[in-house]
Amino acid sequence: MAAGAGEAVVGCFRSMLAAVGLRGQPGAVEVQGSTGGMPGKVGDEGGPAVSHDLNIEGISKYFGPVQALAGVTFTVKAGEFVTLLGPSGCGKTTLLRIIAGFERSDEGHVRLGERLLDDLPANRRPVNTVFQSYALFPHLSVYANIAFGLRARHFAAAEVDKRVEFGLGMLQLDGLAERYPHQLSGGQKQRVALARALVNEPEVLLLDEPMSALDAKLRAEVQIEMRRLQRKLGKTFILVTHDQDEAMTVSDRILVMNQGRIEQIGTSSEVYEKPRNRFVAEFLGAANLIPAELVGPRTVQTALGMLELRADPRWERGTLAIHPERIEARRTPPKSNGVRVRVKDAVYRGDHVELLVEPGPLRVQAVPGINFEIGERLWLELPAERLEVLLD
Amino acid sequence: MWYGHWVSRRRLLGRATSLIASGILWLLLFLVLPGVVLVVVAFMSRDADGQIVWSATTENFRRLLGFGILGWSADNGWIFLRSLWVAGVTTLVAVGLAYPTAFFIAASSPRLRYVWLSLVVVPMCTNLVVRTYAWELLLSPQLPPSMFAAWLGLIEPGRALYPNPGAVYVGLASTALPFAVLPLYTNVERLDWAIVEAAEDLYASRTRVFFQAILPQTLPGLSVAVILTFVPACGMFVITDRLGGSNFWLVGNLIQQQFGPSRDIPYGSAVCIVLIVLTLLGLYLYRRRGKAIELV
Amino acid sequence: MSERRKIHPVVTMLALPSLLLLYLPLVAVAVYSVNSARIGLVWEGFTLRWYRELLHNEAMLDAARNTMILGLVSTAIATVLGTLLALGLARFPWPKPIARTLDVIVDLPVVTPDIIFAAAMVIAFSMLRSLWAGFVPGMLAMVIGHVTFQISFVALVVRSRLVLIGPTLMEAGRDLYASSFYLFRKVTLPLLLPAIVAGAMLAFTLSLDDFVISFFTAGPKSNTLPILIYSAQRRGLSPQIHAISTLIVILTVALVLGLERFTRYRKA
Repeated sequence: MAAGAGEAVVGCFRSMLAAVGLRGQPGAVEVQGSTGGMPGKVGDEGGPAVSHDLNIEGISKYFGPVQALAGVTFTVKAGEFVTLLGPSGCGKTTLLRIIAGFERSDEGHVRLGERLLDDLPANRRPVNTVFQSYALFPHLSVYANIAFGLRARHFAAAEVDKRVEFGLGMLQLDGLAERYPHQLSGGQKQRVALARALVNEPEVLLLDEPMSALDAKLRAEVQIEMRRLQRKLGKTFILVTHDQDEAMTVSDRILVMNQGRIEQIGTSSEVYEKPRNRFVAEFLGAANLIPAELVGPRTVQTALGMLELRADPRWERGTLAIHPERIEARRTPPKSNGVRVRVKDAVYRGDHVELLVEPGPLRVQAVPGINFEIGERLWLELPAERLEVLLD
Repeated sequence: MWYGHWVSRRRLLGRATSLIASGILWLLLFLVLPGVVLVVVAFMSRDADGQIVWSATTENFRRLLGFGILGWSADNGWIFLRSLWVAGVTTLVAVGLAYPTAFFIAASSPRLRYVWLSLVVVPMCTNLVVRTYAWELLLSPQLPPSMFAAWLGLIEPGRALYPNPGAVYVGLASTALPFAVLPLYTNVERLDWAIVEAAEDLYASRTRVFFQAILPQTLPGLSVAVILTFVPACGMFVITDRLGGSNFWLVGNLIQQQFGPSRDIPYGSAVCIVLIVLTLLGLYLYRRRGKAIELV
Repeated sequence: MSERRKIHPVVTMLALPSLLLLYLPLVAVAVYSVNSARIGLVWEGFTLRWYRELLHNEAMLDAARNTMILGLVSTAIATVLGTLLALGLARFPWPKPIARTLDVIVDLPVVTPDIIFAAAMVIAFSMLRSLWAGFVPGMLAMVIGHVTFQISFVALVVRSRLVLIGPTLMEAGRDLYASSFYLFRKVTLPLLLPAIVAGAMLAFTLSLDDFVISFFTAGPKSNTLPILIYSAQRRGLSPQIHAISTLIVILTVALVLGLERFTRYRKA
């Protein structure tokens, strides 16, 4: 092919530069490590033992006139499981592709520890990806698929064998080595894709909506399995998803993205309990949003009446958020923050009863047991400690 | 831009250019350039040896319209009218037969479908001369078709069914048939039967179901089938030459005559332009209607 | 997969004439190629005599040789050029107007009626002759003519497979440390190979199928089988022509079956 001598020379030149200028050009390190540890044993001598934080510094990306990413900055600590969560088109996949090396950022840098990754193409980054559709090579067996990254770097056959066997075992794929991708179930394919990435001992594993092709029941199992695997290996995992349940199940921290920006970074409970703005509050758990106006110290006027807050908001007019399950429905008036409402609709959901009430409209999850009639008037308590003050 | 290494768009396009250069150059040199020259040559004339004389003239087009040395003649007019007529009849027959065939193939089991499709593709890939020869054999006096025709009194006993316009229609239709079946089949295979069922559910009669739920869905395939049948039929000369005899010429024969025995390339080019205009018209329709249809 | 529908028996009955129209003549030729009667079409018993006689017919053997050389040489050239064309067109960020122009050029041979194509060839070769007097109609001209239309079909087949494979597998290969060359050798080429073979077989089939272009560019000395049959037809029907026609049909069947085997694509 046309990728001839010129390319080869440039490639050599680049790897020399990498070797001289930067400790740890991926290929070299991995070959060194291959004599020592088995995959997954972080901390062994020689191998990619030292993990680094991944720093995303002011990344912007334009597709023609469209800005896909607008100066995104954050740090993923070594061994952390971080989820990029957002609706489709929010830029999360683009960000992942920039980290993987499939796209180039227009501004900003990707750094692993001190090392700048920007100028390294995908095949020279210590980063591996599990693709949304798994992207298994249809002409290669499971074994050859998993061995691909090792063979591409010309590992010794014995080492390839050792690592592939380990990968097969780690993901319960024993006995499937000779199968071809079209002979596998969806779950098996996904595990092969995971094994194929992990046997390379990447410093960072990127997962691009890896569970979207699985059915709901399997997905729940795989999420827990994924979490367990990440804990065991101690690797940095970055997951892209639009499913907030999935994000909360697996991750140490969640990055909520919208329109190329990060809306909030925090642990699952932080982003759920203390959303910063309306977008986060609505995207996670579909909270009730209540427009409010500051009328006195820690007191706001809303369509539901006067409500007390636990602290003064920074605005004159703004929004409050409260999750449906944090509202208490009762027949007697509460001590504070009580709201008199009328039931518009009530739906039995098994573990709770979902009420839609007026004024509001507010959504409330009430404990089953009390029978609510449609049209019935009742009291709601919106506890001050559960009312979140949003920034916008 | 990323391609194994980070490369600029310009370098990437440079590499792409080196990949396609040989093929594109070949096509430019042997097809596009001669095609342009063909249009130019149509406005030239030739000397007694068949060499092209490079001086602009519209003589060829005047001749095309029938203004010859011996005054006006209707011969060319007849050839064009006959071409359109014959191509039209061929299209009607071929598409008419192909339409049920496409449904028949689409309705058979996946295994059988392969068999039927192969059966359609094989004649398409069989050399035209061989197929024409085969028709000549089949229509020869001693075989049932001719004998049957003689019994009906259509031809004299002991004569072959060719040369005869009917033989040309049959030959052309059988040649065009696979080209009509394939686009229709791809279309029928992707038919949305839910619409048909909805129509049936709403108590539409059989004819209404066909005209309002099935036919509109097969229009893209139909238009491609018509184009792939009509345009080649106009340019055919082997079948008319063998099965039609010397007084049943189509545009194709006219072109062949000029590029072959008569060695009047400028005049032949002028006739080609007429056919090209027809083709472009067909292509325009194809682009507009048949986007969803793939042949290979 | 589309769901299967029951069709009305009338449709089946209407479909039957199609197959008769396609196969009756071919079957007749095959039957009479093993008929021992030399003259006339009356059945006089089975024989392979006409096939044996083919082997002693110098003109026939010469034409068969020419047909094969023409098919193989043009296919070889067209497969290489067409594959390169497909690779260059499918995987690069061509600006829209250029991409459209290139598409038109590449699709041109597919949509041009063969008689106009042949006319363009005649003009191309007379241009060539005015530049280089030594160029005469014959094998070289026929090869050029065939390559010109084959390129497009090879490119078409290979390109549609490239589109089918999609960019993700290439990205996966890159992600797994493959260099450009390793990726091409281990991923692109193996996945593309069936399409390249299919393209080559299609090219060969089309070469065998062509009469018009060869006829216009052959010149007096190089006969191909179709040209031979065409001129022999003038002298009437003959059992040897039945035989060679049958052989051509059999070869076509083999090629079509082979083609189908290589155009199927299994997605993981």
